[in-house]
Amino acid sequence: MSQHEIDEPTGVDTTGHEWDGIRELNNPLPRWWLWCFYLTIIWGVGYTIAFPAWPLINGATAGLLGFATRAEVAADIDRYAQQNAGLTSALAKVELASLADNPDLHRFAVANGAAVFRSHCSQCHGSGAAGAVGYPNLLDDDWLWGGALAEIAYTVKHGIRNETDDDAHYSQMPAFGDLLEEEEIAATVQYVLQISGADHDTTLAQDGAALFEEQCTACHGEQGQGDRSQGAPNLTDAIWLYGGDTTALTATITNARFGVMPAWGQRLSPSDVNAVAAYVHGLGGGE
Amino acid sequence: MAILTKHEILERSPTLLLIASFTVVTVGGIVEIAPLFYLENTIEKVEGVRPYSPLELTGRDIYIREGCYTCHSQMIRPMRDEVERYGHYSLAAESMYDHPFQWGSKRTGPDVARVGGRYSDQWHVDHLMDPQSVVPESIMPKYAFLARSRIDGEYVQDLMETHRFVGVPYTDEMIAAARADFTVQADPDADWDALVERYPGAVVSNFDGEPGITEMDALVAYLQMLGTLVDFSTFTPDASR
Repeated sequence: MSQHEIDEPTGVDTTGHEWDGIRELNNPLPRWWLWCFYLTIIWGVGYTIAFPAWPLINGATAGLLGFATRAEVAADIDRYAQQNAGLTSALAKVELASLADNPDLHRFAVANGAAVFRSHCSQCHGSGAAGAVGYPNLLDDDWLWGGALAEIAYTVKHGIRNETDDDAHYSQMPAFGDLLEEEEIAATVQYVLQISGADHDTTLAQDGAALFEEQCTACHGEQGQGDRSQGAPNLTDAIWLYGGDTTALTATITNARFGVMPAWGQRLSPSDVNAVAAYVHGLGGGE
Repeated sequence: MAILTKHEILERSPTLLLIASFTVVTVGGIVEIAPLFYLENTIEKVEGVRPYSPLELTGRDIYIREGCYTCHSQMIRPMRDEVERYGHYSLAAESMYDHPFQWGSKRTGPDVARVGGRYSDQWHVDHLMDPQSVVPESIMPKYAFLARSRIDGEYVQDLMETHRFVGVPYTDEMIAAARADFTVQADPDADWDALVERYPGAVVSNFDGEPGITEMDALVAYLQMLGTLVDFSTFTPDASR
């Protein structure tokens, strides 16, 4: 079977392999292909010398170029940090009330804050900052904990009702389902609808007024205008965090709400906190 | 070049060919796989990494059962854009108690390696019930049924023993207390000191805001601890690894 012979029609040598009378021609590989192949072998050897490759006792050979993934990413991050070092250090310690007096810094803060907002805030507050049920809209001028730049920065830094930051905003509405009868809650709901200017049952609302006075004014204020020091929302406007219809209000009063925001000061740098505060402040509702 | 003609010996004996192929594959394995078990950058010890608590481990099983890994990775690569978006790049040690690891290979959704603590429990519940209610542009399916599926940790001890069998250092005490720890972690009013002592950094919370324990509690407990065990304010990875 292993007999070399010339294939007559093509004039090419055969390999001597034969299967049921079919013989294999011994055409050589193209030269260019063969040389590329040899070159990749040589290049591969060089590569393992230049870069970390061969496993040894505790580590691998370091490579002549000294490449290390971790060092490279650290250098890359550092390079960008250096480029903005002046601005970020200024932004980290700026008096926020006077940020607008420094147009360059303010522009940097808003642009940087927009990026921070998209990666860290948009999941709850929406990519356009319009919020969702349970997650406040940041475009309007209704603020739970204050809408001045420094107040926004404080809220971002420490968060709301979280377990991780002792300086987080904290307040807790009681679940009135444990304290009031269902009829009393229904009456209070009608009163809240009344002061917010919505359609309501006037007779029930009269009963609700007395209950509101007794139970709700300590936090929501005499007129239901809210109290930012306690994060108690204004009930006289048409803006509702958890819904303003009878069903939603009944659920809110019965079970209470307990919105939590993480303390971003533990994840973001001080300048990023100020930057995102400046961005949110500039969305339309900043005070 | 007489050696080049010797291949006929191998090609004509299936047994020899099998042995020779196996030898070649073994060499590849020894060079590429074996070093991972002793090289320092794959086995470096990192402070803070601990086995999953019973409730977290159950949540992890639900994560795998629902195929979360097909769209979410748990592997922040060492690149500037990833680090800026997700946080510190993942360390091998952070998945040392994962059997199997959940690095994933595709991101239809974002990486979740450090999602723990990033959002409130309520957000996770809202998001799992109906992702579009909080992220309108999301294409994630709804997992509202998790909130209706009650669990009591009936098999959690078996699960932990299985993990111990493959090398997770669960102690006898941990396994004995598993059922209790399972319940206590979802009840902030209970006495959870022993749980936190066994599993430092475990978050105790009524994750789904409803009485009783559901698969939602377990999954949120798992998500809320992801990537939170290593304190990067005190740990600096060796740059040359």
